[in-house]
Amino acid sequence: MAPSPQRRPGFSRRAQYTTFFGYLAGVLGALLGGALLVIAITSPASFSGLRNLGRDATAPLGGVAARSRSGSYNLFEAIGAYFAAGSQNASLRRQLAVNQTQLVEGQALAEENRRLKALLGLAQSDPKPVVFARLTGSTASSSRRFATLSAGSSSGVEIGMPVRSPLGLIGRVLEVGHATSRVLLITDSESLVPVRRASDSIPGFAQGRADGTVQIKLISLGINPLKRGDAFVTSGTGGLYHPGTPIAVVETITRDGAIARLLSDPAASEFVAVDPIWTSETPDSSPPAASGGPTRP
Amino acid sequence: MTLFDRLTRSFANRFRSRPINRVPSPVLAKTTPWLSILLASLLPALPVIASAPVLPPFGLLMLLAWRQVRPGFLPIWAGLPLGFFDDLFSGQPLGSAILLWSLIMIVLDAIDARFPWRSYWLDWLVSAVLICACQALGLAFANMSGGSAAIGVLVPQLATAILLYPLAGRLVSTLDRLRLLPIVELD
Repeated sequence: MAPSPQRRPGFSRRAQYTTFFGYLAGVLGALLGGALLVIAITSPASFSGLRNLGRDATAPLGGVAARSRSGSYNLFEAIGAYFAAGSQNASLRRQLAVNQTQLVEGQALAEENRRLKALLGLAQSDPKPVVFARLTGSTASSSRRFATLSAGSSSGVEIGMPVRSPLGLIGRVLEVGHATSRVLLITDSESLVPVRRASDSIPGFAQGRADGTVQIKLISLGINPLKRGDAFVTSGTGGLYHPGTPIAVVETITRDGAIARLLSDPAASEFVAVDPIWTSETPDSSPPAASGGPTRP
Repeated sequence: MTLFDRLTRSFANRFRSRPINRVPSPVLAKTTPWLSILLASLLPALPVIASAPVLPPFGLLMLLAWRQVRPGFLPIWAGLPLGFFDDLFSGQPLGSAILLWSLIMIVLDAIDARFPWRSYWLDWLVSAVLICACQALGLAFANMSGGSAAIGVLVPQLATAILLYPLAGRLVSTLDRLRLLPIVELD
């Protein structure tokens, strides 16, 4: 049945008032939303308390989702492994023999590396992580790229701490709740990470493009020296990110830099490490970043 | 008659297609639409860690579907509470969904008055236009609050959302039947 074209619901005063106040509330809701939006845009950290509350409240759900995610991966891998058991066994034996040789070579190289570094006076400074935690969710339907981390201020997480997986950098902590925190992924278009080429230390910035890749922008302009397959690591310039964390590999060359694919897929990393904020030891370098980090002045 | 027979018969009676002396549960009938939209808002945040906006906005799809399958159930101010909940988890700046969803409710009310006899295709078209407008404006708000993503990142998401919309409608009509099942016995 089509609704009546008459908006007036008869002669009942009560029904008329209900309709009228309904419309009024709808318009007021839109106006309130607009006002909140203006506040949120002018000061992006303003409603972090509310978001922390909501995230902490739904943390158990996120934990279940994260566990079932890794569980289902394992299940499919286990089923798939049965189909290739024989040939896989043979190839794994071959790999094992090769790896044992390489392991010994690697140990020798590490020893030599340590000796040479000691000669140069460089400190061995791998950061000791503050906490290991799960990524329990992300903003998968918004153009902003945030993820939820299952550790908060109760585990010692602070705003600005870098988050990495064994494969590379993932992002940095943006808001901290009691048991959860919000991570700005490096694919977000607001994230700007100082990087250098791993082979020869050409400096640049990696800015997120919100589609799973980052844009590498070189600082020195001129002939673009990048090639496909170049690996980039964090440079540690300006503090915050510990130098030497791998980030991305160049995929497409652009006019003033390159588009690079991330090394650490946040979806595949079950556990991530939260590192302490890095500050460069030399006093004459740039001061350590404030709590907001270099991308949010 | 054994106890087992009696139990199965009473269970069957409870869910029989035309039971007499039964009414729908008022709690279920009133809360199902709201809860399903809230759950759908939470859904994109939970299962995957995405490095691009890949999932459709399920909360928005469910809101549109409830509004079009059951016009008149959701009040015109429903965008305020539902949008607020969506904003907490969506990653958009707070207020974005409150504003857009409130506007959607007002626009759909105007469309109802303008086209009293709607059809399947018109409903789908209106929803597709509203989904595109809502996501594009959401992207603009997100970019104002610090991002700088190009509009192209929305394309896969919009395509899935528009294609999924009829399915959301079917889901809502199933939920609508479930919420109105006569399961409470009258004395």
